[in-house]
Amino acid sequence: MSFKGTDIVSIRDFSREQIDEILDLADKMIPYARGDKITKALDGKILSCLFFEPSTRTRMSFETAINRLGGRSLDMGTPSMTSIVKGETLADTIRMLEAYSDVIVLRHPHEGAARLAARFSQKPVINAGDGAGQHPTQTLLDLFTMRKQKGNMDGIKVAMVGDLKYGRTVHSLAEALTMFGAELTFIAPPSLQMPKETIKQVEKLGGKPKVKSKLEEVMSDLDVLYVTRIQKERFPDLAEYQKVAGMYRVELDALREAKSNMIIMHPLPRVDEISPEVDATPHAKYFDQAFNGVPVRMALLMLVLGGEL
Amino acid sequence: MKEFKVTPIRNGTVIDHIDCGMALKVLRIIGMDGGNVQSPVSILMHVPSKKSGWKDVLKVEDRELDPRQVDKIALIAPRATINIIRDFNVAEKHNVKLPDVVIGKTRCANPNCITNQKEPVEPEFIVEGKNPPILRCVYCDRILENIADNLI
Ligand SMILES: Nc1ncnc2c1ncn2[C@@H]1O[C@H](COP(=O)(O)OP(=O)(O)OP(=O)(O)O)[C@@H](O)[C@H]1O
Ligand SMILES: [Mg+2]
Ligand SMILES: [Zn+2]
Repeated sequence: MSFKGTDIVSIRDFSREQIDEILDLADKMIPYARGDKITKALDGKILSCLFFEPSTRTRMSFETAINRLGGRSLDMGTPSMTSIVKGETLADTIRMLEAYSDVIVLRHPHEGAARLAARFSQKPVINAGDGAGQHPTQTLLDLFTMRKQKGNMDGIKVAMVGDLKYGRTVHSLAEALTMFGAELTFIAPPSLQMPKETIKQVEKLGGKPKVKSKLEEVMSDLDVLYVTRIQKERFPDLAEYQKVAGMYRVELDALREAKSNMIIMHPLPRVDEISPEVDATPHAKYFDQAFNGVPVRMALLMLVLGGEL
Repeated sequence: MKEFKVTPIRNGTVIDHIDCGMALKVLRIIGMDGGNVQSPVSILMHVPSKKSGWKDVLKVEDRELDPRQVDKIALIAPRATINIIRDFNVAEKHNVKLPDVVIGKTRCANPNCITNQKEPVEPEFIVEGKNPPILRCVYCDRILENIADNLI
């Protein structure tokens, strides 16, 4: 299929084959992402970044991606809520923006915003996170990192740990990983466990996820440990937060049990979830993961804009 | 002989097999709860059903409701039947049928959904199951948990 003009709204919109196609191209993008090779594949193309919430990383990674491909980015600043407060609808903002650019990258506080934007825009829209909704480029870079590190995702044992309840990105990652044959374990305190709906969805896709509350139980078996942020706001008081955060913190000690080639991932920014001592171990892959955001986003831009190397 | 809880009607429409307790909501859905209704409407609530347990029944005199127009009843009463009565007899019978996409009939229960933010769009749901109805918001991807409370 040709991706040209396609919106990237939700990972659910794509088949396994399509995701593979994106990841294959991302692989080819790596030398360009590093600056080892130069390309003008998207010369003259303009990307506009419309971020209604601050997100330095995702935004910079898109800007790097378009620049590395010879295109340019228009930054709306962070309109934050100003245009919303002024009463302009997102539908209007998008129709104005599509007149200025070839592709729109949107981060918005409301779920479904990217789907709406895609409906109003003729130009492709890429969802860079909509509220507690989807964040497909994060999901893709996570998949890319695992595929790259492990060669193949079929049968790999992945534990997701931390706040599995509120972050929809973990929900879509769980579904996508299942589609690729990974075996999942969800590790969280009961109040932050994976929602039933996601577990059902994973089962529908043929997965048999395990639900646990302790990391130690599975550590020795794991190929990938995917750590997420536990947010203070989810807890009634600081003491409760600290207790839970402490329980799920990844420390050097706990890794003695792990396979030597087990990798640890984290969407970043991390707060206390992973002890800094872990950074120096060969397990730590979260910074490689962050870099992978660039080639993956380059691949998406190439595909939706029809660029050629 | 049938035993009628209300007087038989000569002409009109009987909506039968409404899920118990949903009769008033059905009236609202078909727009017959306002002051501009010109025909007598009778409601039977909580009557025994031969098919299963209890049901509600609605009878509208002198009006033949268009079955296609009232399909949205299936949102809250998926087993309902529309019976067109002519000269005291059931002349036509239709089962309500949910379309594959429901647009502008229910709002999304997720307050943070973009469709609840004054954007120029109607809420839209993919019908993932018909009996019971399972609606998934096209925008925010959530399943609508309480359809009856979110009718527009
Ligand atoms: N003349 C009438 N006036 C009022 N209600 C009527 C009249 N004729 C039928 N009904 C009602 O319309 C509904 C459908 O009538 P019908 O004779 O088809 O019943 P049924 O054979 O039990 O059908 P079903 O299998 O749909 O329950 C019943 O609730 C019945 O009481
Ligand atoms: Mg009957
Ligand atoms: Zn919604």
